[in-house]
Amino acid sequence: MSDEIRNGDDELLDDANVPVEDQPVDQPLDEAVDAGEPEYTDPGERDEPPADEPPAAEPPTAAPEPAAGSGGMGRRDVLKALATVPVLGALGYTALHRKGLAKEERARLLAELGIEDEGAAVFSELETMTHPDTIRIGIVGYGGEGASLVRSLGFAHPDWIQARREARIENPRDTWLDEWLEQENLNLELTAVCDVFDVRAEAAIAASTQPIRPGGDTRQLKPAKRYRHYEELCNAPDVDAVIIATPDHWHSRITVAAAQAGKHVYCEKCMTRTEEEVWPMADAVKSSGIVFQLGHQNRQMESHEKAREVIKKGILGPITLVETTTNRNDPWGAWVWDIHEQGNPRTIDWELFQEAAANKVPFSLERFFRWRCWYDYGTGLSGDLLSHEYDAINQILDLGIPHSATASGGIYFFKDGRDVPDVWQAVMEYPDRDMTLVYSSTLANGRDRGIVMMGHDASMEVGTRLKVTADGSSTRYKDMLEDGTVKRDRPMLTYQSGFKGVDAVTTPTQEYFASRGLLFTYRGGKRVSTYYLHLREWLNAIRYGGDTSCNIDRGIEEAITCHMATKSYLEGRRVTWDPFQRKIV
Amino acid sequence: MRSDYSRLQVTALVALRFAIGWHFFYEGVSKAANAYWTSAGYLDQSQGFLAEWFGNMASNPSTLALVDFLNVWGLILVGLGLMLGGLTRTATFFGIVMLALYYLATPPWPGFVYSIPAEGAYMIINKTLIELCALFVTLLFPTGHIIGLDRLVRLARNRGSAQDTQA
Repeated sequence: MSDEIRNGDDELLDDANVPVEDQPVDQPLDEAVDAGEPEYTDPGERDEPPADEPPAAEPPTAAPEPAAGSGGMGRRDVLKALATVPVLGALGYTALHRKGLAKEERARLLAELGIEDEGAAVFSELETMTHPDTIRIGIVGYGGEGASLVRSLGFAHPDWIQARREARIENPRDTWLDEWLEQENLNLELTAVCDVFDVRAEAAIAASTQPIRPGGDTRQLKPAKRYRHYEELCNAPDVDAVIIATPDHWHSRITVAAAQAGKHVYCEKCMTRTEEEVWPMADAVKSSGIVFQLGHQNRQMESHEKAREVIKKGILGPITLVETTTNRNDPWGAWVWDIHEQGNPRTIDWELFQEAAANKVPFSLERFFRWRCWYDYGTGLSGDLLSHEYDAINQILDLGIPHSATASGGIYFFKDGRDVPDVWQAVMEYPDRDMTLVYSSTLANGRDRGIVMMGHDASMEVGTRLKVTADGSSTRYKDMLEDGTVKRDRPMLTYQSGFKGVDAVTTPTQEYFASRGLLFTYRGGKRVSTYYLHLREWLNAIRYGGDTSCNIDRGIEEAITCHMATKSYLEGRRVTWDPFQRKIV
Repeated sequence: MRSDYSRLQVTALVALRFAIGWHFFYEGVSKAANAYWTSAGYLDQSQGFLAEWFGNMASNPSTLALVDFLNVWGLILVGLGLMLGGLTRTATFFGIVMLALYYLATPPWPGFVYSIPAEGAYMIINKTLIELCALFVTLLFPTGHIIGLDRLVRLARNRGSAQDTQA
């Protein structure tokens, strides 16, 4: 056998030379040898344990083995074979005990919070539907956003398909094209397009007949017809629904025209450019009964719906402050968009473009292609990004229009002739909710700041994942903080959108993954575009009834909130909302 | 097989084997106990020449489920094997394979930056590689047949062969 000692240079090796004659013949050899170990007392003087009580806890030892073939598998062999089992048992016990404790704590915490263990994802798996009737779509404004929306409906420009294919060859993990192809066949036709820039109108027409479409849609489609004026498009008999992706200064007018013609509307945010434009638009939508959806696709975010649940269950306690932010740090993020090489007064109908604008100016490529930089066409950070942030908070907290708003900022980095600020903060007060909403933004720093909701008992960070951390001075969690069920430095609840469910008191590793947003968002095992989901919701409401998640009332709240902040900034004063006159004063 | 270890050497080698086994086992058990655990994030941030392969594992839900399953049970079984000293060589071999995969999934080579930061500072050599080297040592200096279930197997086999000889 194996553990005989052969290395003569080790002082412990002496035990190999222990005189064998001292050992009772009928005892297993190695026990006797252990007893003769030099580090112990002299074998002769030592109180030997009776032979039937071998020193079980002896360290691994060197011993002459019973010679192979001598027959016995001694107790010592069994002991050595199983020497590690007691330690393993201790490990197993500790692990199970720890797991049991963790489970108990988790159950207690979830019960306390009123959250169902492993609650199902908010949105169930997407079911593919077949739609017998075709909806005919008209697009007004086929710029970057318009192209994204039309593509999400299934009409991609051939260049996009080509670019996605090349991207996939370069990086096989780029599965954007596959995800797009797996979308449902929405049974649509893109029949009409209106854009004041010839190149974009032609591009939309190319997209309308591009034969590769999602959901196995193999119909041969006719090219979309181009209309010079949006009113013609809205009144075209082969248009059932209109997507408005123009600059903000056109949203209200085009929506009114479409609603009056009985066409359903999907309108990009911000809903209007001014306060005054809100009411004719809202009246037209409400009186015509069309289905209206405002383009805040964040409404489809599963984590936002879960955040609503968390709020409803009062897990945060009274929320007094909500902070939301935008940080971007590149020219594109600051609306310094590409100026198309074919853009010129012959290819762009400039007069029509600025017809709805407050100030008329001579033809300007910058103003046409980078319109968000001027108040004549939009409201800068307010309408572009506060609108999204506000809508997300409104979706979670049902805030409505604030009592007052104060805003400040300036053009501190992009001094390129724009008149909208690139650093801008707005504070909205909700005294009837006992809370303040702070929006803080810069276009010259990319620090990752999310939405944080601050309550007396806990704070919640909202993104594609949720992270709820108890407040050290919480009243509600006082006992749990004291007994360690809830820890101050660890989130007590995290939720990863599309993942298996609510996870409370996660392992550090899990927390690690979650805190860095490394886990995918799946619906039914697939990543899905929120644009697509938001448009699909609108189309399903048109076909089968029901309301859209960002309907005209949410739109009014969004627009008025943004315009309060804009007005405050432009007038350098605090503005308030008069709910009786329905006016910003 | 002969093993000319001193008693201290045996103690050290068994301690090493047991410690690595404990680490494997507990990593496996804690993953198995956590319904939310998945290797997706780890695989997705893979870099190096196997990055594509690991990334593909993460991007396909059914492959991912299989990878997660194999990983968790591989960890548990290798851990048990090392701790108990049963099928020690096999367990050690697969342990080395798994560690090599972990190492190659996110090698700490100059130029690679990971979104999951390491808890220490590493260049080329990290703890995974050191654990791999340690397992390699235990593969070359086996102890399962001294302290471990393999001892019984060996004895039984020896007795069998002795009887054969006598016969």
